Amino acid sequence: MKNNISHSEAAEIFNKDVERVNWHDETLWFVREKRDRSAHQIPEWELLRETASQIKLNVLSNIHDYLVEFEANAQKNGIIVHWAANAEEHNVIVHSILEKHNVKQMVKSKSMLTEECHLNDYLTERGIDVIDSDLGERIVQLRKEPPSHIVLPAIHLKKEDVSETFYEHLGTEKGNIDPQYLTESARHHLRDIFLTRKAALTGVNFAVAETGEFVVCTNEGNADMGAHLADVHIACMGFEKLIPQRKHLGVFLRLLARSATGQPITTFSSHFKKPREGKEIHIVIVDNGRSVQLGREDFRNSLKCIRCGACMNTCPVYRRSGGHSYHNAVAGPIGSILAPNLDMKKNADLPFASTLCGSCTNVCPVKIDIHDQLYKWRQVLVQEGYTPKVKTIAMKTMATVLANPMVFDIAGKTGRFAMKNLSGLVNNKLNKWYDQREMPEVPEESFREWYKKNGKATKRKNDE
Amino acid sequence: MKVGLFIPCYVDQFYPKVGIATFELLQKLGCDVDFPMKQTCCGQPMANSGYQHLTKGCDANFITNFADFDYIVCPSGSCVMHVKEHLHSDTNEEEATRLRANVYELTEFITDILKVKSIEGDFPFKVGMHQSCHGQRGLKLSQMSELNAPFFSKPEQLLHNIKGLALVSLTRKDECCGFGGTFCVTEEAISVKMGQDRIKDHEKYQVDYITGGDMSCLMHLEGILRRQNSPIKIIHIAEILNSI
Ligand code: SF4
Repeated sequence: MKNNISHSEAAEIFNKDVERVNWHDETLWFVREKRDRSAHQIPEWELLRETASQIKLNVLSNIHDYLVEFEANAQKNGIIVHWAANAEEHNVIVHSILEKHNVKQMVKSKSMLTEECHLNDYLTERGIDVIDSDLGERIVQLRKEPPSHIVLPAIHLKKEDVSETFYEHLGTEKGNIDPQYLTESARHHLRDIFLTRKAALTGVNFAVAETGEFVVCTNEGNADMGAHLADVHIACMGFEKLIPQRKHLGVFLRLLARSATGQPITTFSSHFKKPREGKEIHIVIVDNGRSVQLGREDFRNSLKCIRCGACMNTCPVYRRSGGHSYHNAVAGPIGSILAPNLDMKKNADLPFASTLCGSCTNVCPVKIDIHDQLYKWRQVLVQEGYTPKVKTIAMKTMATVLANPMVFDIAGKTGRFAMKNLSGLVNNKLNKWYDQREMPEVPEESFREWYKKNGKATKRKNDE
Repeated sequence: MKVGLFIPCYVDQFYPKVGIATFELLQKLGCDVDFPMKQTCCGQPMANSGYQHLTKGCDANFITNFADFDYIVCPSGSCVMHVKEHLHSDTNEEEATRLRANVYELTEFITDILKVKSIEGDFPFKVGMHQSCHGQRGLKLSQMSELNAPFFSKPEQLLHNIKGLALVSLTRKDECCGFGGTFCVTEEAISVKMGQDRIKDHEKYQVDYITGGDMSCLMHLEGILRRQNSPIKIIHIAEILNSI
């Protein structure tokens, strides 16, 4: 991604357009409320979350065995299994499969992993035409933007933006913002693509170790259409997508759609087990930093993520800063935990882009302790030296003053220390508190001054 | 029962009224309250910014100051949560552990330890309650909108017998106000926007006051309200509970 500016800078720019921010916030809040309604209809909701969390913990603790089991079963079914240690290897593997079949055009659906690996750019540079087939993904692809949300990739755009994009790229009527019309037009355009592409790439929502099959959940049915019409189906998955047995699917399918959009279940939950006669299915199992994260005790839980996006919809910061401000394939609270694992320096700002309100942790269907992990990342990033020097100096001063009652007393008296220090935290001549907020009024005396004079007297009065 | 009053540093400096109300209220409820004069800060501003390793001095100071008390009570959920989760000591971990278990936010102390169900008072105003996240989701002072579980609210329960007080029900019951400690300056744009939106929710219900259990959130909201010349005022819940 070409984004070099920090989350707070990007968020500030995003916030210049108040109407857009309000719209973004309200749209996502609407989804969060839908999620609440459908989750609250299920009496055993919290038990489901706990069960899902336990299943995933089991998977993470025995990942080696499950991967070996999955590979053996998938191969028995006639699926070709590949292993990729990192993004580069993943891209090379996908490219080599396409080359082998002399494929120059590929349809793609539902894969944030390929975003993480920057597959589109890689293939395009090698002369392969990649078409994202999900409506939202297609829209951002036409605009040459990354998705801003893992489930709702074009949520940062209004229908006016979409209309403009389609007018430019698909030749639709200028200014026609009727969603029905726009969707129809996209459908027609994509249908032709489906019919002519020989290879299709999809993501994987769940891979079942016991049976060697995998499940892809979609609302538009594009993954199926792509995969069914093509001769070669390539499925790419991070290794954490495994679940032990088929029976566990019931738990996850019930949680996934409700958490994501408030639907009881996604429109299509497609099972892929073996290739049809004369066709091929490939699975690329990707590590790309996951085993490192697995080894970090404080952060391994983040690999339980089933990519429902609920933490983004509920996050008050995400809702007001937009997905692109996170400059990472996966945005929002979970992205802020995954991103520093991939590149600590580049993503050091992300764990700080949160108030630690904890709403993410509460909505997460697999009970990832998201806000606690954000707190822990902050500690790691400071220790590793990825915070601005001025902040470190301010913090050290603050720590000294606050640890010393006498200095604190004097500092308080002479300058109402706390607030001064708070605003001095950023390396900025402007007082960032005062920009859009008034400072608190300074009272005649501090509480401790009052207490010195009145504390004992009040106590006596009450005892009488 | 000896209660140590723990007043967060910025409350001490900027909102002495909140400290006074807390002190008087606890006295009225029959506690033997003392304010150890040498207390400073719990260390949360550093810890939340990633500098937990610099909080040892604060921790040691906290332990010395509050070692003599059965309970420590504080009118701020986030400071309490910080102590509860992060107070440690290299030399006296046993005492740190005891303190972690015995530190309480004001309303939870009143409902859970003193077992007081409601408090008489007089506050004839329309009030919106801003549930601060650390108190709510951290200390579980009230039910959270994300979970599928029955409703309860320790602070709201205490407000029921306050004469004339009309508590409104907000549209986004437990949305964060955007204060977030140093977040309020490092992510200024978002912080302010969140605060403005939080205020709009209260404005929709035409409240006279916004109350809450955490002065830091209220300080942030107050800063925005005053910049907007809004007639809405802020008041800490301790001040309402101490109204007569
Ligand atoms: S962290 Fe949890 S809530 Fe967020 S996308 Fe993953 S599973 Fe969903």
